[in-house]
Amino acid sequence: MHKDNQPLIFEITKEGRVGYNLSELDVPEVDLSSHLPSGFERQESPELPEVSELDIMRHYTALSNRNHGVDTGFYPLGSCTMKYNPKINEAVARYAGFANIHPLQDESTVQGAMEIMYDLQQHLAEITGMPEVTLQPAAGAHGEWTALMMIRAFHESNGESNRTKVLVPDSAHGTNPASATVAGFDTVTVKSNDQGLVDIEDLRSKVGPDTAALMLTNPNTLGLFEEDILEMAAIVHGVGGKLYYDGANLNAVLSKARPGDMGFDAVHLNLHKTFTGPHGGGGPGSGPVGVTSELAPFLPKPVLVKKGDTFTFEYDRPQSIGRVKPFYGNFGIYLRAYTYIRSMGPDGLKAVTEYAVLNANYMMRRLEPYFDLPYTQHCKHEFVLSGRRQKKLGVRTLDMAKRLLDFGFHPPTIYFPLNVEEGMMIEPTETESKETLDSFIDAMIQIAKEVEENPEIVQEAPHTTVINRLDETKAARHPVLRYTKEQELVNV
Amino acid sequence: MNHRYIPMTESDRDEMLTTIGIATIDELFEDIPEKVRFKGELAIKKAKSESALTKELAQIAAKNVNSSANASFLGAGVYDHYKPIIVDHVISRSEFYTAYTPYQPEISQGELQAIFEFQTMICELTGMDLANSSMYDGGTALAEAGNLAAGHTKRKKILISETVHPESRDVVSAYASGQFIDVVTVPQKDGVTDVAKLEELIDDNTAAILVQYPNFFGQIEDIKKIGEIAHDNGGLLVVSSNPLALGVLTPPGKLGADITVGDAQPFGISEQFGGPHCGYFATTKKLMRKVPGRLVGETTDEEGRRGYVLTLQAREQHIRRDKATSNICSNQALNALAASVAMTAFGKKGVKEIAYHNIAKTAYAKSELEKAGFAVKFGNAHFNEIVVELKKPVKEVNAKLLEKNIIGGYDLGLTYPELSNHVLLAITEQRTKEEIDALVQEMEATHA
Repeated sequence: MHKDNQPLIFEITKEGRVGYNLSELDVPEVDLSSHLPSGFERQESPELPEVSELDIMRHYTALSNRNHGVDTGFYPLGSCTMKYNPKINEAVARYAGFANIHPLQDESTVQGAMEIMYDLQQHLAEITGMPEVTLQPAAGAHGEWTALMMIRAFHESNGESNRTKVLVPDSAHGTNPASATVAGFDTVTVKSNDQGLVDIEDLRSKVGPDTAALMLTNPNTLGLFEEDILEMAAIVHGVGGKLYYDGANLNAVLSKARPGDMGFDAVHLNLHKTFTGPHGGGGPGSGPVGVTSELAPFLPKPVLVKKGDTFTFEYDRPQSIGRVKPFYGNFGIYLRAYTYIRSMGPDGLKAVTEYAVLNANYMMRRLEPYFDLPYTQHCKHEFVLSGRRQKKLGVRTLDMAKRLLDFGFHPPTIYFPLNVEEGMMIEPTETESKETLDSFIDAMIQIAKEVEENPEIVQEAPHTTVINRLDETKAARHPVLRYTKEQELVNV
Repeated sequence: MNHRYIPMTESDRDEMLTTIGIATIDELFEDIPEKVRFKGELAIKKAKSESALTKELAQIAAKNVNSSANASFLGAGVYDHYKPIIVDHVISRSEFYTAYTPYQPEISQGELQAIFEFQTMICELTGMDLANSSMYDGGTALAEAGNLAAGHTKRKKILISETVHPESRDVVSAYASGQFIDVVTVPQKDGVTDVAKLEELIDDNTAAILVQYPNFFGQIEDIKKIGEIAHDNGGLLVVSSNPLALGVLTPPGKLGADITVGDAQPFGISEQFGGPHCGYFATTKKLMRKVPGRLVGETTDEEGRRGYVLTLQAREQHIRRDKATSNICSNQALNALAASVAMTAFGKKGVKEIAYHNIAKTAYAKSELEKAGFAVKFGNAHFNEIVVELKKPVKEVNAKLLEKNIIGGYDLGLTYPELSNHVLLAITEQRTKEEIDALVQEMEATHA
C-alpha cells in the first residue's frame, strides 16, 4: 500500500478514452434538437471520467486495498454483528432468475421470487415468535419507523391520537429516538440503573395515558439481557402502550428467547447483521418487521398471501399505513438472508448464538484485568469496556482504537453506549476462531501496557495505515463534498 | 455441531468455558427468565448442504421469467440497461462488500474515496451543488425531500404531480403522514403536469412541488415553469430524475431545482425484483446542513496528505438522536459503488450516447406502432417510455407476448383508471430493432 495520495478517478481521465462498449444504433437517427423541447437539450456534458476498462479496474482495486472488511481481518465492531458473509449468498443473488426479474412483471411470472419471500416470512415469524412479517423496509431504521407508524395507526384507530410519547432507554441506538421523531412522536428518555438495565421505577414513573410505545433492545447495547422484561411489558401494556423490539442484537438470542414470547408487539430485524446481509460499506440493508395479529391490519401494503398454491400481493388493506418503499423491499438482500438461514437450519442458528455469546464472555473475562468493566455479570453477544483507567494516564479510548489499527484489527465501537465513560463495545461474533480472539486480546493487553509505559505510541497512532488521523474539524468547517477541476471548494 | 461458518472446536470451547469459570454454555443464558426462555427447536427447515441448497434455489429461480432470456419492454421505474461486466467484478471485491460504514477513516479510505467520487458524479449529472452518499431508493429519497422541504419552509403542504411514479407517490404520502404534512396531487393533462391546476392548488402553505423528469409516462416536464411557480409562492422545486436521461436533458440544477433525487438503478444495478437499488439525493449549498444521510468530505491528515471522512455528522441520528433531520442510518453504499463504476465506464461520452440510443429506439418503436395502427398517447417529447392504447386488456396482450419471449409493458389501468387498456412500454438501448419489430408484430397479431 502506498502512502501517497490516491488519485481520484477524475484525475486520471484523458479525453478520448472509453470504458464501455455499446452496440451500433440499428434504428434511424433522431435529431435531438427537434425532438426535445427548446431549452431542455443539455448543452454542457457532465464531467464524468474518460478512462479505459483496465484504468477502472486498477483504480478500484487500489481503493479496495485501502479498505478493511471482514474478509481482511477481525472486525469486532459492537452492535454491528460483523460476521462472515457467506459466498453462497453472493452466488445465489446473482442467478438470472433472481437478479434480472422486474417487480412489475405479472405475478404468474415471478412465483419463484414470491415463494422465497413467503417462506422467508414464515422463517422469520418462527425465529421471532411474531405471527406476521413484512419484508418491505429497506434497513433497520426504516423498519423502526415502519413499526412505529403501525403503532400510531393502531392507537388512532382506537381514537387514541393522544398517545404521542415513545419511551426510549438512554442506552438505545440513535436511530430509535430519530425514528420516533420521524413517525411524529415525542421521545421520552428512560434511565438505566446501576446494573446497566432499564430502571423499572423510572419507567413506571414515565408511562401513562400518553404512552404510545416503549422501544427496547434486548439484550441492550451493553450486551446485557433485560431480565425484568416481563415486568416492563406488564407496565407498558398496563397503560395501553405497545412494546417495540429493536432487533439489532438478535444474534444474542436465536433459539434462546423470542421477542414474541417476551411480550413484544412489534420487532424489526437487521438482516444485514444477524443474517449475513452483507454490510456493503454501509448498505444496502434489509429491515423486515414482525408484528402481532393485533397490529397486522396496519402492515404496509401490498401484503404477500398464499391462495392455494399461488402467491399473490394483496392491495386491499384499508387500515394499512400505506407503502413505505417502492416494490417489495430489498429482495436481493433478504434473498441472501434466506440462503443463510437455509444453510444453518435450527441447529445452526442455535449454535450461532451459543458461540457468539461464548466468544464475547471469553474475551470479556480475559480483558477484565486490564480495563475497567462497568457491568460484571455475564454478557450476551457483546460487552462494553471503559477506558477511564487509561484516560487518567492521558490516553483516550479514541487513541487505543487507532492503535488497534496498527495490529490489523478494526476497532470496537467507541463512545457508545452513551452511559459508559470512554466506552469500547466489543462484539466478536461466532464466526471467529479462538486464535483470532486471542490475538486481539493480546493486542489489547499490549496496548494497555503501552498506555502505562509508553503512552505516546498510542496517542500518536496509527503508524502503519495509508493515512494518519484526518482533520475532521477542517472537513466540517470548510466542506469539500465533491471534486472540481478548478479545485474550487464547496465552501459555506 | 460442526459448521463451516463456526470454527470453534470442542477443545476450544472447553478452554474458554474454563477461562470464564463455568461448566456449560447454558449457564451464560441463565439471565433469561425461565418463563421466556425458548426451550424447543425452532420449527424451520433443516439445514441444507451447499450443493443441495444451490440446486434447490436454482430451481426456484428458474420458475421466474427473467430479462436475460426474454426481451423486456417493462420499465416504469426499473429498467433493463447495459450493465458493464466490470461492475460486478468491482463490487465483488470483498474489501468493499464486507466492510461496515466507514467510521474509521484510516482503514476505510477506499470506500470513502469511492463515495466522494459518487457524490461528484451525481452533482455533474444533476447540476446540483452537492449530493449525499445515497438513499434507499428513488421513492424514499423523494419522500425525504418532501419532508425536508416542509421542515425547511415550516409549511405543512406538499404538491405532487400525478405524473410522478405511483409507488413513489404512495411512499411520499406515508412519510408525510409521519410529519403531519398534507399531500395534494396535481392532476396530469396530456401526459404532463396540469400547470393551470397547479397554479390553482399552490398557496402560501405549500412547502414544495414534487415532479418527475422525465415523468412516469416518459414525457419531458417543463420543470423550469413549474419551478418558477413554486418559487413565486415561496416553496421549493423538488425534481425526481432518471440520472441516465440527464445525459441528454438539461440538468434540473440549471432549471431551478432546489432538490434533485432519483434512483441510480439505470447505472449498473440489476432489477432484482425491485431492490436493492440506489437512491440519490442532491441539493444546493443552502440546504447542505439539512441533507439526510451520510456525506463524505475531503480533508487532510497531520502530514498534509489528502483524505476523506464522513462529515457534517451533526445532522445525523447517531449524534442528534431525536433532533436528527432524518432517521436514515444504513444507506445503499455498495450500490452507489456499482453506480459509480457504471458511470465511470460510460463516462462523459457514453452517458450521452446511451441516453441518445434510448430516445432513438423509443422514437423508432413509436413510429412503427403508429404505422401498425396503434395510438401512441401524448404528443410531448419522450425519453425511453411511451403510452400505447390497446383494444384489449394489457394482461391478455402481455400473456400472448410472453409466448414469444417478450416481457410486455406496464398496465397503466392498475394505477390510472382512466388509462385502462393502456400500456407503458420502455424501450432502452438494450432492445434491438429486431426485438422492437417482433414486439410490434406480436402486438398487431393480438389485435387481428
